[in-house]
Amino acid sequence: MDPQRKRKIRLVVALGVAVLLAVALVYTSFSASTEAKEPSELLSAPPGTTAEMTGKVVKGSIERDGNGITFRVVDRDGEGESLPVTYTGAVPDPFRGGREIVLTGTVENGVFDGEPETLITKCPSKFTTKSDV
Amino acid sequence: MSNLGSALLGLAFLAALAAAALALAGRNGDERWLRLSRRVVYAFCALLTGCVVIIELAFANNDFSFNIVAQHSSIETPAGYKLAAMWSSQEGSLLLWAWVLSIAASAALYATRRKLRELVPWATAVMMGVAAFFTGLMLFAPGVDPFATLDPAPADGIGLNPLLQHPSMMIHPPMLYSGYVAFTVPFAFAIGALVTRRLDAEWIRATRRFALIAWAFLGFGLLLGARWSYTELGWGGYWAWDPVENAALMPWLLGTAFLHSIAVQEKRGMLKVWNASLIVGTFSMALLGTFLVRSGVLQSIHAFGDNTVGPYILGLIAVVLVGSTALIVSRLDDLRSDKRIDSLASRESVFLLNNLLLVGMTAVIFWGTFFPLISELFTGEKASLAAPWFDRYTTPLAILLVLFTGIGPLLAWRRVSWETAKRVFRIPIAVAAVVALALVVLTDAADNAWALALFAFAAFALTGLAQEFWSGAAARRRLSGEAGPQALVGLVSRNRRRYGGYIVHVGVIVLLIGVAASSSFQTNRDVELRPGESTTVDGRTITYVKPTVAVDEEKLGFGSLLRIEEDGRVVGYLRPSRQFFRPTGQETGEIATYFAGEATSEVGLRTGLGHDLWIAEQPNVAAVQRAARLADKGFSACVQGAPGTPDQCKALGALMRAAAANPSLRAQAFEQITQLQGLAAERVAKGFLTTDAPSTFKVIVNPLVTWMWIGGILALAGAMIALWPSRGRRRGALVRTEADARKEAKYREIRDAELDHAAGKLSDEDFALLDAELRREALEILDGENGNGNGAHPRKPEEVEQS
Repeated sequence: MDPQRKRKIRLVVALGVAVLLAVALVYTSFSASTEAKEPSELLSAPPGTTAEMTGKVVKGSIERDGNGITFRVVDRDGEGESLPVTYTGAVPDPFRGGREIVLTGTVENGVFDGEPETLITKCPSKFTTKSDV
Repeated sequence: MSNLGSALLGLAFLAALAAAALALAGRNGDERWLRLSRRVVYAFCALLTGCVVIIELAFANNDFSFNIVAQHSSIETPAGYKLAAMWSSQEGSLLLWAWVLSIAASAALYATRRKLRELVPWATAVMMGVAAFFTGLMLFAPGVDPFATLDPAPADGIGLNPLLQHPSMMIHPPMLYSGYVAFTVPFAFAIGALVTRRLDAEWIRATRRFALIAWAFLGFGLLLGARWSYTELGWGGYWAWDPVENAALMPWLLGTAFLHSIAVQEKRGMLKVWNASLIVGTFSMALLGTFLVRSGVLQSIHAFGDNTVGPYILGLIAVVLVGSTALIVSRLDDLRSDKRIDSLASRESVFLLNNLLLVGMTAVIFWGTFFPLISELFTGEKASLAAPWFDRYTTPLAILLVLFTGIGPLLAWRRVSWETAKRVFRIPIAVAAVVALALVVLTDAADNAWALALFAFAAFALTGLAQEFWSGAAARRRLSGEAGPQALVGLVSRNRRRYGGYIVHVGVIVLLIGVAASSSFQTNRDVELRPGESTTVDGRTITYVKPTVAVDEEKLGFGSLLRIEEDGRVVGYLRPSRQFFRPTGQETGEIATYFAGEATSEVGLRTGLGHDLWIAEQPNVAAVQRAARLADKGFSACVQGAPGTPDQCKALGALMRAAAANPSLRAQAFEQITQLQGLAAERVAKGFLTTDAPSTFKVIVNPLVTWMWIGGILALAGAMIALWPSRGRRRGALVRTEADARKEAKYREIRDAELDHAAGKLSDEDFALLDAELRREALEILDGENGNGNGAHPRKPEEVEQS
């Protein structure tokens, strides 16, 4: 086989592999991702809906029950009805009323049940121009 | 002072524009313009240094008339954190960016002051264009003026968030910024090379060091961030695939690819389009990282501020990408490779594969990081990808990378004969097989096929590297007659780039072993314990001996004393705790306010070469909070003179009423309240000592995680060795002209080939061919120099030494 042809075949094979991998990447990302929702959208969601919820913890709503906690969240703009949330395990340091959180979980009986280890509380300090003090 | 600062910043902006204009005026190589432009760049650096000094002085002196100081510092903020508070602010971090860039640009122009007369004007223009952009942002964009003032100045500032009061805060952000920023230099010279069509390896030789410095800074910043995150609760361990982490990792990965592929261009004149594209990508990723932190487009642990400057940075990225792509496309003819890859079994082809893997990994991370935006575009729903998705793709890629990291150094440039390959691969493959077998038989590593593969490949690569050091030292001993250890030191110090690079490889492989072991074989448990109770996690018995309390002026700390036993033997004690801070700016007032501010966890960490034991506590402070509310109620009843209050209380109540009418008594009243409430707070907090409420403990047993930090530091040390100037340079015999640099590079290649031959990596036949070719190329350079065909300064070495 002449080298020109060989090189061309090699290129086609490499590109083919790259395209296949890219397709796999795209496919799995759409199937593995969790939808991002706000509390108000989850209030009316059917039971069993799984989502990555972003909301604001209602001040004074946090109650501790052994290893678990329950609290309520509202939309990030602070409007609308609040959604009850349960979570088990250690919570991040900045977690408290009034803070924005991101939590993955499932809606069961009108309560959002968070998966352990998925609670993210936004660190409130860096580059915030809106002071929450 | 703030007026002076604004003036300096304004002048700096003008200086950046002037330096760019002057450099372009000297684009025909007119030394007068170039010298002037270079000096204006130094002045730009001095002006920004002045700005930074003014800001830092304002922080040190608690000058709360500066908005930046009032927002990010307070009287009580510890001195070290006052200095670090500058970059916790949006405007301060932009100033840091511009300042570091001014230093990097000055250093780059100083280093190239006698060479690359054609490239330097364009490189200066690019660097100063970027500098003018960032300086201009601070001057003209809303809300990011570092010299904004407050009138009247508040008595105290808001303070630096307690979460950021960590030693890492002082070095982690500046390291990352330095890494981001230093990539501007190779980018700028690449643009210069493209514009002037001088696309051989000269721009690479001139900026390789800067790329390596940027890479090392960025890597060190990532490592520090990982370490910081590891010791905090709820930050997802050392790595969480958080968008901001990814944003720093992506330029580092592309930078790694760039550092390898430029070696191929230097040695073989190939991959020119690839190198130009890589540095454009790396720089764009660095800008993207700067943008992401300030845009609010993605959800992250790192809080994102309002996007006042995000759109501008996005604009800059667009200009960089479109401009560079157009430039590369228009220069495709000049970017054609001088040579082709001779054989798949050669170092350059392994470098190419390694590059593809690194770029592939970056592409995966890019896709995952920006998936929320991509998914919104296609489905209308924002959806995000979690850590398992990232792991699924990056794990196999990282394992292959380790494999190629092992293969690359064993191969010589150009081609390797089958006989040679058999000889150099025999031992590493045998060791890898033995290690894999031992792991399967002796440990439960087989439970995780990926981890097992990584361990085996790591054993292969590490053995290969050890063999490199061994055979190199042996060859040197034969040539020079030195003793073994001396030969090894001599080998490394005479070939810093090569062996420094190998040490980086060892470090990165050790780091990846730590990552693989700790992520695959970690035990993570949430347990609830009352005082006196015990639990067993992964063979370690943890006993909650007693609760502990620590009280000081700004916080209440609740924690526990834990006894750790292994095999029935007490091996140590851990003291995890949680600190409750008052809201910033509120130093007195009700005791209950302690629970309204920030809280930070002090993790109990027992480090070992085998395992780390990591314990964080969430103390149950409900009873303390109730007691605090009662004490607050009692206090207000008491000072209002409720029946049956102690005399001290009545006196304070009287003082407070008097102070309400007479402001001169306020300080005295204030002091007494603080004292009394301090005592009350301490008494209330001490109530926790007798608690029998259960605390929640998060217990993590992390195998081999310490090796991550060891590996990281080893890699950094390797980078330092590779960067350290060679003996000749230290003595002042600087390689000042481009022709000298080319000569030196060729001599190094000849030395490399001799070493490879002596170490048995090149067969006699291949070596003879290669050596003849290299010597011919060296002669061509010398001829060219005498005939003075290139544009470099025709200086003889003696003249260079004197000037």
